[in-house]
Amino acid sequence: MTAAGTHDGALERLKREGRIVVVGASLAGLRAAETMREKGFAGSLTLIGDEPYEPYDRPPLSKQVLLGNAVADHTALPRRRAIDADWRLGVPATGLDMAARRVKLGNGDEVEYDRLLIATGVRARPWPNPEEGALKGVFVLRTRDDAEGLQRALAAGPRRVLVIGAGFTGSEIASACRERGLDVTVAERGDAPLVGALGGVIGAVAAEMHRENGVDLRTGVMVTSLEGDPSGRVRAAHLSDGSTIEAEVVVVSLGAQRNTEWLAGSGLGAGPRGIACDAGCRAFDIRGIVTDDIYVAGDVARSPHALFGYQFLSLEHWGNAVAQADTAAHNMLSESADRRPHLWVPAFWSSQFGVNIKSVGVPPMGTEILITQGSLAERRFAAAYGYQGRLIAAVTFDNCRWLPFYEQQIEATAPFPPEFSTVDRRPDGAKPLPADFPDPSVPTHGPTITLSGYSPADRKMTFTPGR
Amino acid sequence: MRLVVDLNRCQGYAQCAFLAPDVFAMHGDESLLYNPEADPAQREDVLRAVAACPVQAILLEITDEDMANMVTPDAVAGAGSRSGGAR
Repeated sequence: MTAAGTHDGALERLKREGRIVVVGASLAGLRAAETMREKGFAGSLTLIGDEPYEPYDRPPLSKQVLLGNAVADHTALPRRRAIDADWRLGVPATGLDMAARRVKLGNGDEVEYDRLLIATGVRARPWPNPEEGALKGVFVLRTRDDAEGLQRALAAGPRRVLVIGAGFTGSEIASACRERGLDVTVAERGDAPLVGALGGVIGAVAAEMHRENGVDLRTGVMVTSLEGDPSGRVRAAHLSDGSTIEAEVVVVSLGAQRNTEWLAGSGLGAGPRGIACDAGCRAFDIRGIVTDDIYVAGDVARSPHALFGYQFLSLEHWGNAVAQADTAAHNMLSESADRRPHLWVPAFWSSQFGVNIKSVGVPPMGTEILITQGSLAERRFAAAYGYQGRLIAAVTFDNCRWLPFYEQQIEATAPFPPEFSTVDRRPDGAKPLPADFPDPSVPTHGPTITLSGYSPADRKMTFTPGR
Repeated sequence: MRLVVDLNRCQGYAQCAFLAPDVFAMHGDESLLYNPEADPAQREDVLRAVAACPVQAILLEITDEDMANMVTPDAVAGAGSRSGGAR
């Protein structure tokens, strides 16, 4: 604490009898609430969540649960401590009045706050055509209910499953399908699975993993429409290359959308890219002024990271939700001199096709990649990403014990190519390669129009629905 | 008995899979799969797994039901308390 007389006692009052409201009752919301109580907050604590369940863990939903090793309703998060909170579950927040410090709820209630934490996270991006998306047998995977429905559909033994999108979730779902002995097709509009997260060099390895495990992987294609039978069940999907895939189960795995619509018109700096906040998790309003009483954490937050050029990072990582919630809760109950920046080094894991993929740092910032240990062919390696002569990220496939070493190197802004020599003979060579990330300025999708012919009579317009 | 493993922290030492094989299982060389809501009958094994994890990646919550006829409650103290926290 700061010395007596340097502050007005407002913080003590807040800790003693303040009202803290947390919107979002999942991993970040729960962990923040626990930290608040740990820090001695004795006032009233309200947790608002749109799902009717107490906070549960999502990573198992695309792994253990789909394999049938765990039940979707048995993934409730363990508590670090009792939080003595007023839970408002199954009720979405629908609005925010920043001047009156009130959150509006879907059931007409209003909850007043002295400090607000927004941890509303993301939701699965739905299939763009609502009619097709509503067909029986079409799923997304984000919630407990999604996982339960999909698990049941897989257990019924469909003749073929189609997974649309080969990011981490899509790849994990495809892996679970193969493990259950189901035929599965994966349609990805990029050149390889995981290409957006890890680049083309690693994406090529991921593509091999899919194919070796019997996945019918189609890259560079888009699903243009889903077709149902007269009873409203999905029957087939049509692809941009003109082919048709018959599938009884379709999983739409096209990433996530930020849950910020409820903040529209509130004056908070919230939009489709999330909610911008400073390094101390305080939200910006639309004027770019930081608020004193509204904090954000988890998937919905975008905050500047000093280690990565103060870029605003938006991280959908489990570990980010935990660490950022902790920082937000700490700062909410601290004098300004005692606040901490959110400096967690990004880290995530994925388990697919029996391989453990882990990463630290920000791979998409990398322009070059070097396989530093092991080899791509073995599927057991460590790779370092370089950006402007600096080690910026690392990824391991079944080699995770090396990751803390790279994390420390990234934190110390070690040079790239790395100066350390490893014990490996490095069949992949010691020269960095282009990391081969898709150019974000070139759309990989969307329809194009091409013109042909010279004379006005010959002019022909050809419509290409995506690539 | 609820548990969560911070898999950023996990390094695949597989001590948990040896000590509580009905709750934790290795999947391939390095991935860990576990049952997030373990059967109370597994309590002793899980406590051993929590204590044996070299990177303290397992966070366990013992509910009141679990506490009933618990032999050594202090075995839980501090177990995984830093799990995923400020690093």
